[in-house]
Amino acid sequence: MTESVRIQNLVKAFDNPDKTAKPVLAVDTVSLDIKPGELVTLLGPSGCGKTTLLRMVAGFEEPTAGEIYFGDRHMNNVPPNRRDATMVFQSYAIFPHLSIFENVAFGLRLKSLKTAALEKRVTDVLDMVGLSGMANRSPNQLSGGQQQRVALARAIVMEPRLLLFDEPLSNLDAKLRDQMRVEIRELQQRLGITSLYVTHDQIEAMSISDRIVIMRGGKVEQVGTPREIYAQPANRFVAEFIGRANFMSAKVVDQNTVSVAGTQLAVATPLEAAPGTDVTLLIRPEFITLSASEGMLAGSVKRVMFLGNLTEYLVEVPGTEPWLIELSGADSGIFAVGETVNLSLPAAALHVLME
Amino acid sequence: MALFTKSARQIKVLARDPVLLALIVVIFASVAIFVVYPLVKVLIASLQVRGTWTLETFSQLGQRRLYRNAIVNSLSVGALVGLLGVVIGYIAAFVLTRLDVPGRRILHYLTLLPIISPPFVSAVSILFLFGFNGVITKQVLGLQDFSIYGFHGVVLSQVLTFAPIAYLSLRGVLSSINPVLEDAALNVGASGWQAFWKVTFPLSLPGVASAFLIVFIESMSDFGNPLVLAGAAFPMLAPQAYLEITGSFNLSRGAMLAVVLLIPSLTAFAIQRYYLGKRQYVTVTGKPSASASRIVSPGVKWSLYALVVLFAAVVTLFYGVIVIGAFTRVWGFDYAPTLAHFAYVFDVGFDAVTDTLIIALITTPLSGVLGMVVAFLIVRQRFPGHDLLEFGAILSFAVPGTVVGIGYILAFNSPPFVLTGTLTILVLCFVFRYVPVGIQSGVAVLRQIDPSIEEAARNLGAGSVTTFRKVTLPLIAPAFFTGLVYAFVRAMTAISAAIFLVSANWNLMTVQILNQVGSGRLGVAAAYSLVVIGIVLVAIVIIQTGVARMTRHSVSVKV
Ligand SMILES: Nc1ncnc2c1ncn2[C@@H]1O[C@H](COP(=O)(O)OP(=O)(O)OP(=O)(O)O)[C@@H](O)[C@H]1O
Ligand SMILES: [Mg+2]
Repeated sequence: MTESVRIQNLVKAFDNPDKTAKPVLAVDTVSLDIKPGELVTLLGPSGCGKTTLLRMVAGFEEPTAGEIYFGDRHMNNVPPNRRDATMVFQSYAIFPHLSIFENVAFGLRLKSLKTAALEKRVTDVLDMVGLSGMANRSPNQLSGGQQQRVALARAIVMEPRLLLFDEPLSNLDAKLRDQMRVEIRELQQRLGITSLYVTHDQIEAMSISDRIVIMRGGKVEQVGTPREIYAQPANRFVAEFIGRANFMSAKVVDQNTVSVAGTQLAVATPLEAAPGTDVTLLIRPEFITLSASEGMLAGSVKRVMFLGNLTEYLVEVPGTEPWLIELSGADSGIFAVGETVNLSLPAAALHVLME
Repeated sequence: MALFTKSARQIKVLARDPVLLALIVVIFASVAIFVVYPLVKVLIASLQVRGTWTLETFSQLGQRRLYRNAIVNSLSVGALVGLLGVVIGYIAAFVLTRLDVPGRRILHYLTLLPIISPPFVSAVSILFLFGFNGVITKQVLGLQDFSIYGFHGVVLSQVLTFAPIAYLSLRGVLSSINPVLEDAALNVGASGWQAFWKVTFPLSLPGVASAFLIVFIESMSDFGNPLVLAGAAFPMLAPQAYLEITGSFNLSRGAMLAVVLLIPSLTAFAIQRYYLGKRQYVTVTGKPSASASRIVSPGVKWSLYALVVLFAAVVTLFYGVIVIGAFTRVWGFDYAPTLAHFAYVFDVGFDAVTDTLIIALITTPLSGVLGMVVAFLIVRQRFPGHDLLEFGAILSFAVPGTVVGIGYILAFNSPPFVLTGTLTILVLCFVFRYVPVGIQSGVAVLRQIDPSIEEAARNLGAGSVTTFRKVTLPLIAPAFFTGLVYAFVRAMTAISAAIFLVSANWNLMTVQILNQVGSGRLGVAAAYSLVVIGIVLVAIVIIQTGVARMTRHSVSVKV
């Protein structure tokens, strides 16, 4: 039953509460294709329109413009109760007046399933999310993590065409979040249900997604696999949002070389920009190595922070911004504040942004 | 233009849910017909004499002393009762929510007792105690020429009747002011007195103003107490309008007085709702908390407590007198115990008992469900005319019953709607008159419920009606309970509008009580009152059980 989803030029304008001002474009001309069985994450800072986009797919918000298709079926005019796209709500939205069993059975009862079949499906799903034995409890007798599982069970028991998640883990503590993230991903892959997942947590997005959609101010900045987004961010915003990075002003020298503070550095991917163009060089801190004797740039250590699995250095190089460098466990703790060090920048680690 | 496209868009969305659309249309139409149309008829009648448009009736206001006095009397009684009611209500609310005193529960219930009894029971008590044959005035004090009729009688009776309403509304306000704020004031060096006047009182001020206006509206609209206690020398608007219509058959003058009566009530309502209502949300924060206030010294505490006990004692005395009166042969002359009054009620007057019960039993579920449906539409749905519907549906709260009654006989006595003398007109009148309280509590409860719970139901395949029935209604059960109880109590105790609508076929107990008082048979009136109170108490228990069953989470499958 799993299904592809096509979103075309979707726009949502809200009336500005201050009536004289322009409407708020919560979602601004977004297009997106989701393949059957794929899990796509919408990632972006608060207020960028993720929830609004998700709610339009669920049918809770009316698009101002644009189309939504599930498979070949045009969905814009289908009411939310006929979309067969069940949602795991951020607040869980568990029915407080119903038992756990009845919560999960709610949607099935509306389909007037036979009692035996219904009981089996509910029981199976409760098993699947690790809640067997709690069927008769009332929602306020559950912990946050268990409530989260009820919300998940209630959505998957419907065997929907599409699963929607709106920051499902944001109310859980860090440990539980890690655990649930793994469970959701495993479940989703086992059932093979196409999923659209909203989060503002980049680690969550990286670990759970087939593809990530980075949004800002209602617009899509980049779509790609976690690896693509990390290694080849389309712009500085994406790079900063996913992981940490050094941004250095640089000049194009020729197709394979740029210069930073007078030093020439080789890049792996051929450049298209003309020699002399100003560009920004992006280097992830964990790709840089430090050495006392040899390297490409020389600087002095300003700050050292030992973080257990790695050590973080801040190094000042004349003529550039300070460099952030992460060395993993083995090579840690070699350099002290004030020492002179040399930076090695492998060609494959240099990503050039045209801005 | 923007407004138009927005409406068009909303209708387009609604059209996908025909049941919802139909519901909205039906409710719109019924509010228009049963709330707005009668008011328009009153207005028209007041501006017409024998079919021609004229301001003649209004010029009577200037010419006739009787009318001028009625206006002044009603306004001054309303203002004084509002003031006294709020003072008593505030003290009682403060003592019973914020101070650690014995017997809070029983005092709470005693203070509330007047709310569930016919609004002029206290007038009957007053006649028992202070009338020409009153226990206190005649037997104890031996007064010969004392008359309870007039200003002081009405004020006394109304304060007793309406102070509990102020108490109830101020109780909510005071219990939601976080006591930590008082502690903070004490902490920076304020005395208890300063903490009260600089923190607690200002925070509760919008609530105080709102309670004052509610009591003012109730007092202006009150019909029973003035009819029994005002007397000929002290005309008041509501009874005067009634007398113009039933006594002199002068519809346009009655309508004119109704319009005059409507103006202050609507003004008070508008202030209460649109000015104070917004303010209350901002100032009152924090969860209701039970911590005892530390800002009053023991001396002040026990003095305030004494006042509350005194009020409760007066309520007890008044109701005790009713009980005794119901079993006394002839008050003032022959105090021998008798069951004759009850025999009369259950024999000659039993039709009124069954009629009232039937009407209340039909009204209550209709009004209760309608209230929740409208609350749901107001809070959760967007449609053109949304604010208009909200206003129209709550409007009748502020319209004095006398005005409604006159409006109904004007509106439903001739085609297209001929309903006079029927059960239908009484039920419709009660449903639309008493639905606003249910709506308002439904709106308040619904605003606190995460809308995603209902979205979850939609998301799982429930249509809007199923969502309402299976999710919304159980969640707002407390408000549903309030709406049901209020509708039942009011249907059992209503008089001001109903007195215009009763007929030989359909009569009400309250009207019977008033008739008995009119013909001097206070014992029968007291017996009727006790029957009403008894039925109301039983009904509250039944409704409570029913609503509790609805919300208890239903585990139908054992796994
Ligand atoms: N009903 C509404 N009326 C007006 N503006 C709205 C409404 N709902 C959302 N917005 C605005 O639309 C924008 C996008 O909101 P949305 O809830 O989609 O953000 P989000 O990406 O989910 O943020 P978060 O991560 O904080 O949940 C915000 O600027 C928000 O203020
Ligand atoms: Mg959001």
